[in-house]
Amino acid sequence: MIRDEFVWMAGGAQGSGVDSAANIFARACCYGGLHVYGKREYHSNIKGLHSYFHVRVSSREVGADVDRVDLLCAFDAESVVRHVWEVAPGGGIICDAEVLAVKIFDIPTWPRPFIEELTKTLDEKAIRPETVGDLLNEVRKNNVRIYAVPYMTLLRDIAEEIGEEKLSKLTRMINVITLGASFGLVDYDKKYVEKAIRMIFGEKPKIISINILALSKAYNYAQRKFGDFGFKLETVPTDERRIFLTGVEAVALGKLAGGCRVQTYYPITPAADESEYLEENELFEVEQSAVKQVGGHIVVMQTEDEIAAINMASGAALTGTRAATSTSGPGFSLMVEGLGWAGNNEVPVVVSYYQRGAPSTGLPTRHGQSDLRFALHASHGEFPRIILCSGDIEECFYDAAQAFNYAERYQTPVVHLIDKALANSNKSYRMFNPGLVKIERGQLLTGADVKDKEYKRFEFTESGISPRLPIGTPSAIFWNTGDEHDEFGHIAEEPMTRTRMVEKRMRKLETANKEIPVQERVNFFGDPDASATIVSWGSPKGAVLEAMERLRQEGYKMSFLQVRVPHPLPKEYIAEVLGKAKKKVAVEGNYSAQLAGIIREETGIAMDYFVLKWNGRPMSSDEVYDALKLIMQEKAPKRQVLTHGT
Amino acid sequence: MALKLTDYRTSVFVDWCPGCGNFGILSAVQMALVDLQLPGSKVVIFSGIGCAGKLPHFVNAYGIHTLHGRTLPFAIGAKLANPELEVVAVGGDGDGLGIGVGHFVNAGRRNLDMTYLIHDNGVYGLTKGQASPTLRLGLRTKSLPKPNINEGVNPIALALAAGYTFIARSYAYDVRHLKETIKKAIQHRGMALVTIQQPCPTYNDINTKEWYGGEDRVDPATGKPLPRLYKLEETGYDGIVHKPEEPFPKIIAALTKAEEWGDKIPIGVFYQNELVPTYQERISQRIPTYIENPPARQPISDKKGKPTTSIRRMLEELKVTG
Repeated sequence: MIRDEFVWMAGGAQGSGVDSAANIFARACCYGGLHVYGKREYHSNIKGLHSYFHVRVSSREVGADVDRVDLLCAFDAESVVRHVWEVAPGGGIICDAEVLAVKIFDIPTWPRPFIEELTKTLDEKAIRPETVGDLLNEVRKNNVRIYAVPYMTLLRDIAEEIGEEKLSKLTRMINVITLGASFGLVDYDKKYVEKAIRMIFGEKPKIISINILALSKAYNYAQRKFGDFGFKLETVPTDERRIFLTGVEAVALGKLAGGCRVQTYYPITPAADESEYLEENELFEVEQSAVKQVGGHIVVMQTEDEIAAINMASGAALTGTRAATSTSGPGFSLMVEGLGWAGNNEVPVVVSYYQRGAPSTGLPTRHGQSDLRFALHASHGEFPRIILCSGDIEECFYDAAQAFNYAERYQTPVVHLIDKALANSNKSYRMFNPGLVKIERGQLLTGADVKDKEYKRFEFTESGISPRLPIGTPSAIFWNTGDEHDEFGHIAEEPMTRTRMVEKRMRKLETANKEIPVQERVNFFGDPDASATIVSWGSPKGAVLEAMERLRQEGYKMSFLQVRVPHPLPKEYIAEVLGKAKKKVAVEGNYSAQLAGIIREETGIAMDYFVLKWNGRPMSSDEVYDALKLIMQEKAPKRQVLTHGT
Repeated sequence: MALKLTDYRTSVFVDWCPGCGNFGILSAVQMALVDLQLPGSKVVIFSGIGCAGKLPHFVNAYGIHTLHGRTLPFAIGAKLANPELEVVAVGGDGDGLGIGVGHFVNAGRRNLDMTYLIHDNGVYGLTKGQASPTLRLGLRTKSLPKPNINEGVNPIALALAAGYTFIARSYAYDVRHLKETIKKAIQHRGMALVTIQQPCPTYNDINTKEWYGGEDRVDPATGKPLPRLYKLEETGYDGIVHKPEEPFPKIIAALTKAEEWGDKIPIGVFYQNELVPTYQERISQRIPTYIENPPARQPISDKKGKPTTSIRRMLEELKVTG
């Protein structure tokens, strides 16, 4: 076990409280001044199939998941069997005393490929466990401790104590029983856990008190029965103001700060949480404005489909309102025609695009990072767009606000690419600074600017940007059409108008390329004269940074170019950096190394190595470390495929 | 100064076929705006794709010519963001009842305060005369290789089921009736639908001007044609809901009228119910300042670009230390 770090995990059937257990665990650690990174995995299912949560706790900030688990809380037999080999030597497994007798192959929820894999694993290890207990006896040999807790006995005691006759009402608290046992084992200060329980269960005093009772029963049971776990989770008192949040919350907050006032969406995983969070917070305070007393609000509209979602957002954007929609791959596929209309009519609409395993329905609840090419090329024809890719939850916040600035400055759709790993992970951060959010509305006119003048919505200009007027502005009128159009917005098919209008629109991309500073479009980390340069985008950032740091400590000098705006790509800068790079390594969560392909297309520079992953699980820092180390040791094949994750 | 008809015209050449019903619809729209004295800068006309989709270019008002079938989402988005706008959506029957029928239904559920005009000519004109969703089963208009194999959808019945709170039918060549109907639709508080029977002289050789006018059947007594269209308002029919207990019987009555077709085709207001809260009113229940301070009017930053939104409360909720 690493001394300043602890990886806790809860696994169980969906609907059995895995998420709330993980949330309580993570918060309790945060309250004690620890840093937390949580990774959530779940099936596309409501109740019954397996889900789990990793919570990585550390005294320093952590930005990725690791392969190791120090303490596994298994709510059911399946969770033991699935994750038993992930527990590190010196670690432990908390499970129900009653699952020990369960026969492994009798568990009804096994998918056939899992049985095949399990059989293979058991064959490789040359073991033949029949029951869960047999299996646990095998892992004991790896110095993994087994803590069989009689969940039902403890619940029965609680039921008796509070006079509850129906035990079934209390089985939901198995999660808190495992929490109590966990914190008891690591001897963590219980008051922080109680605080987290109060926070999670909000205004339900009765539920809070029962859960706190369950917590302390299990806590005391574990301390009395099992004694020393060999690791004490120490608090790290801090005065730093910190928040703990998910990627979807960060995006939603960025949108609010960035002035988004209409959000449309059709329910889809993992994007819908963002819209729901916005709806919960539809009313907010405003500062230094004429309507301070009145307050502000955002209108969140659930639409009939994603086609309606993007087009409604465009309709709202035409009024001068900052408007956005939020979706995932299948939804974006439906939005494609609307994206083209917005491009053709120069409407600043923002799409928050949460990638997941694809194509088609793909892996609805699992990670994927394979839609960069799609975001770049979606819709027929040619029109400018800007693509913004966040690499961590904090970037999600600032980028969500920035997306509107790009959209309005260049009057073009902006696709903010996020992914499932960012959406559903949660992490502790130093308090965000909304003061860093700046609003730039571009060339937005008012009625006074156009009074008594002939207004041309699509006026030919050098920058390609035609000053924009919201519909409904008095004393002016203009037209829009999906057809090619003249400067007024009327249908025009004349060759000269067509030639000039396409050029005008496309020029905006050149203008954006000139104006948007390189620092906003890439992050460069590490040593400028490193012996290898990593190129990546999106959520692998955390894993890459951590792997690099570990390698640095071993004497390997690396640098990392994180591309945040792949379009317009700052190609001169990238060509300069990569031109000097000794080994060029693409790290991406897709099969075809999409960013590497775009860079090659734009700069002619090809990558030397590829580290790729598409198994539906985010990259862990361990597997990235292993892959990069092989590259540094000149032992790596050109293409390494990462497969970690359960 | 009072607004005149010429104030609503543009210099764009009107490129519909000679004799197209759209001319009547265009005139009626412009005349309705004159009667209501609505300045063009306060009105936004949204349209879909097809012959009807071109209408906004001929009206001197904000005109947003959108995608095939997507008129309503665009229009709804604009109205939602700026409820002060007078929003009129127009489109063909293929646009609204074929490719866009999902939006048609859901717009009824929401009941935004806006108007939707469907130009119903039974064919897809701009793609040269294929069967549209309102063409009846077995009919074979002149460009169809085979008779129509689908039953036609009844837009009025569909609108009743979907929850539209104003449902009327009019006729493209009865410009006065159409104008008055459009005015009522605009003035209605809620989602208003006017479906407009419109001959397509180029592709629909069945439901022609002569057919609507009944020129194929002459009254032996007078020697004059027996028109198929008749006005509901002249029959004592009252589709307006006045009391909370009335919607159901009025819907049944409207549905019965909507089924009339062939020899007798009613035009006029089939159903109107202003007792249903509009979407704006529903939002205002949750967001009391929605009307006074709608999304499009909210200042989002100061002059220096500092956001006005305070997310302090949300950040406090997410706070774990300090």
